[in-house]
Amino acid sequence: MRKFRLKKISQFQRNRLVDSSFLYLGIFCTFFGLIILAIFIGNILKDGLSRIDWGFMTHLPSRNAAKAGILTAWVGSVWILVLTAIIAIPLGVSAGIYLEEYGKKNRFASVIETNISNLAGVPSIIYGLLGLEIFVRVLHFGGSLLSGAFTLALLILPILIVATREALKAVPNTLREASYGLGATKWQTIRYQILPAASGGIMTGIILALSRAVGETAPLIVIGALAYVPFVPHSPLDEFTVLPMIIFNWVSRPQEEFLVNAAAGIIILLLITFLMNGVAVFLRNKWQKKINW
Amino acid sequence: MVKKKITERVIEVLLALSGLITILITIAIIWSLITESFGFFKVVSIWSFLTDTEWTPLFSQKHYGILPLLSGTFLTTAIAIIIAGPLGLVIAVYLSEYAPRSFRASIKPALELLAAVPTVVYGFFALTVVTPFLKSFIPGMESFNALSAGLVMGIMIIPFISSLSEDALYAVPKSLREASYGMGATRFQTAFRVIVPAASSGIIVSVILGIARAIGETMIVAIAAGQQPILTLDPRKGVETVTAYIVQVSLGDVPHGSLEYKTIFAAGITLFVLTFILNNIGHRVKKKYEEKYA
Repeated sequence: MRKFRLKKISQFQRNRLVDSSFLYLGIFCTFFGLIILAIFIGNILKDGLSRIDWGFMTHLPSRNAAKAGILTAWVGSVWILVLTAIIAIPLGVSAGIYLEEYGKKNRFASVIETNISNLAGVPSIIYGLLGLEIFVRVLHFGGSLLSGAFTLALLILPILIVATREALKAVPNTLREASYGLGATKWQTIRYQILPAASGGIMTGIILALSRAVGETAPLIVIGALAYVPFVPHSPLDEFTVLPMIIFNWVSRPQEEFLVNAAAGIIILLLITFLMNGVAVFLRNKWQKKINW
Repeated sequence: MVKKKITERVIEVLLALSGLITILITIAIIWSLITESFGFFKVVSIWSFLTDTEWTPLFSQKHYGILPLLSGTFLTTAIAIIIAGPLGLVIAVYLSEYAPRSFRASIKPALELLAAVPTVVYGFFALTVVTPFLKSFIPGMESFNALSAGLVMGIMIIPFISSLSEDALYAVPKSLREASYGMGATRFQTAFRVIVPAASSGIIVSVILGIARAIGETMIVAIAAGQQPILTLDPRKGVETVTAYIVQVSLGDVPHGSLEYKTIFAAGITLFVLTFILNNIGHRVKKKYEEKYA
């Protein structure tokens, strides 16, 4: 009896209470992951910041934790970044242009489209197995920069294609029609009107995809990249290591000093990743303002 | 004029060729996995591969049962989804039904940052922060364990689930919301009795794609979950996932052509088939609901 009355009185208030408590739950959950990330970054900074100095950036790897540096790793990462970009950008952007501007309602294009969404879901380590078989064994590139860059280029290709398409889709149709109206051909329209208008969005996609490539470890382990490379690579056919590889190697060691090195390496890697993501977000915001005529 | 037409045609063909390359990639993936694991399945029958409960290809007493690796993968994935599923859904509902537009626009890039952090970094986090923390109050916790890796993986896939779910919620027509508010429902009632049911297939897709993502995740489990392929569902124990096994073998010096070398392709094809099925179910359902509200 009492229960019934209580319920009746508070029905309205209860609904309001549930409603506003969910608001707080939502805010809490939204920040939950970010708070954990902040705790983690704080921890890393505490462990690793004091380890970063000129020597850490310029020393070769060493079995002595205090002398070990990341020179080979960051130079390797820069090599990988540049080579991956050279291979992936032309392919990804052209495929994106084809699908968005030419391939409407065409069977070939719809097959490619399904295929790309499948490729985007393939785990990165599978790309490693692909790279091991095709680039390392069949094409005899070995565990070289070239194998690594080709493997990562294939890995980020679906991301690039999807980003290019999104950027092209955002360009208003009036621009295309105006260009055709002046007698321009399809390619002239794309080359001189659509691409310049979409460039901000495409650039954002490229940077995000490359930042993904810089942080990848698993596929490079599979193609046989080493953590311990005693020299700085000079050509694309040299063996190499990258920042995530050297971090992984240090994390797997039992000695405490190597964990400090790993933390210091992570600071550099996160700095690169966050910088690239920041630039991408900045470009996207700037471009979105421009595209909304 | 004719020259112009030819140029146009050549350019279109060149662009189409780069599209064709993506198909070649798929063929190359399937070809690599099949040719190498074919050699494996000539020695080990598919039946014993799928039913043997021990995985010891690197020991002298060799067994090739994938089940322990699958149970490791299943365990870490389940933990990750238990974390990321509810959190992702609450975030999606909050952002699409409660939060002001400006807040949404600024918080989304921050959430995406969670997915942009390299996974090797999450692995370090799991091993050096989460595991010691869990060890301090859970008895019997091993130094390498499924729980720590799974929890951290969960945090990593929050943005996948939240952004896909939010898209699904956002796609629900405004009229449904207005009708519900018009009946005097609160935001909470509208969200969970009208919008979430209407967007349920999209939310399911986000979870399915999240699962596929977790199954394929490598570095977190390779660093924090251990390398013991044992058939267990105890999250305090060290386990080995399919992906972690591939890493373990790749780090060693396994000669090309040996049966050990081929095991990673057998493990790889298992992983590929699992994620392929999940992704396809996901995309199929997604296409269906996109048609529903188009």
